[in-house]
Amino acid sequence: MDFLRPASWEEALAAKAEHPTAVPIAGGTDVMVEINFDHRRPEYLLDLNRIGDLSEWEVGEASVRLGASVPYTKIMENLRAELPGLALASHTVASPQIRNRGGVGGNLGTASPAGDAHPALLAAGAEVEVESVRGTRRIPIDAFYTGVKRNALAADELIRAVHVKKADGPQQFSKVGTRNAMVIAVCAFGLALHPETRTVRTGIGSAAPTPVRAKTAEEFLNAALEEGGFWDNGQIITPSVAKQFADLCSAACNPIDDVRGTASYRRHAVGVMARRTLTWTWESYRGDRRTIEGAA
Amino acid sequence: MRVNFKVNGRQQEADDVWEGESLLYVLRERLGLPGSKNACEQGECGSCTVRLDGVPVCSCLVAAGQVEGRDIVTVEGLADFARQRSESGCASGACGTSLQDAQDWQAKGTDSQTGEGTELSAIQQAFIDAGAVQCGFCTPGLLVAADEMLERNPNPSDADIREALSGNLCRCTGYEKIMDAVRLAAARQSEAV
Repeated sequence: MDFLRPASWEEALAAKAEHPTAVPIAGGTDVMVEINFDHRRPEYLLDLNRIGDLSEWEVGEASVRLGASVPYTKIMENLRAELPGLALASHTVASPQIRNRGGVGGNLGTASPAGDAHPALLAAGAEVEVESVRGTRRIPIDAFYTGVKRNALAADELIRAVHVKKADGPQQFSKVGTRNAMVIAVCAFGLALHPETRTVRTGIGSAAPTPVRAKTAEEFLNAALEEGGFWDNGQIITPSVAKQFADLCSAACNPIDDVRGTASYRRHAVGVMARRTLTWTWESYRGDRRTIEGAA
Repeated sequence: MRVNFKVNGRQQEADDVWEGESLLYVLRERLGLPGSKNACEQGECGSCTVRLDGVPVCSCLVAAGQVEGRDIVTVEGLADFARQRSESGCASGACGTSLQDAQDWQAKGTDSQTGEGTELSAIQQAFIDAGAVQCGFCTPGLLVAADEMLERNPNPSDADIREALSGNLCRCTGYEKIMDAVRLAAARQSEAV
């Protein structure tokens, strides 16, 4: 095994081009487990810790450019207002020690259906900035996950950053597990209200071969909210609408039975989380509306 | 490969390090510092918690090559680290814990009273006084994690303590005494100020 230690991003891209099988390592919270357990013996480890730029973030006009290695702890502490869904999801990642090392780039690179960041990224809307010596491209998050632990990266590409849309409304994240810490999601759900476009976006984790959006459920809810004038009148969402939305979210799942839970449990739990996160975000939206109107 | 890094305030060099080796292995097997414990090797248990440039991490998940040029504090250097913090800096100019001292470190004094005659950090003393040590395997990781929390948050609520220690498992399930110990250390800390 060789340990490659590029001092700059350009050096890292050159190294990845020369050794496409090199395994990038940043926080190490996935890669080192595989090495410790002898599940993986990569020929090259490509250490990204010396590239400081990867641990930085910039808050722009419409989105946040989040460096691939920004640890979850920093997201929780610094980006709660801009990226509330991702900040909530970050807080459910493993333990403080892991959150101090792991970042969204690793979640995307591993592309496990159970990665905690995925539902939040899907719901908020995001693009993954990847680069190789051939150039830079941005992959929409919906096109990023291609299979179980597979993503749209080419062999010579590295993840540099993820551009996440700044929240224009309330966002929520919910995760099912046996305790509050150190849990791989049995299933997870992210929901974001986008009042500016009058749309709702979702993200489902751990209940299909890849993280997915519940698109039919989104379309149904968007239409129902529009039809009822809910965005304007700020009324409580009709229980039948919430139920139908939850059922459609369950239907968007394609889960398996495994040690953490059965397929039918996952389907059921996703429906429950969909209903709850919709209620939480909608109540928060109504509250914000009242505050704004009251002030005006 | 060779790895140069600071351990407990002193420059160290580890030789013949395998590229896939963890920081934990380097500390235990190459530098002879078995204080950080090796249990799950997958970041679940927190027994191997150390400070990496001040930040608590699982040393089993840090690749040895990643610590080149960086700064590690292990439980063996915790007493000295805490003392320096309280003196806000290194007044004597001869701080840090030598490898020899770190290797020989034990919470055993000159007589039968555990801890007596040995320099302890406030959190170590509190663990002893509160009886928060049973088999002792999880203790080093808990000490490092708890000490860091008290540094950041001198008056933690119970929820803060649980959150900060949520990545450290104790299979003797002596959590209540551990909570007592951290509360005790926090109380003593606020009294001292």
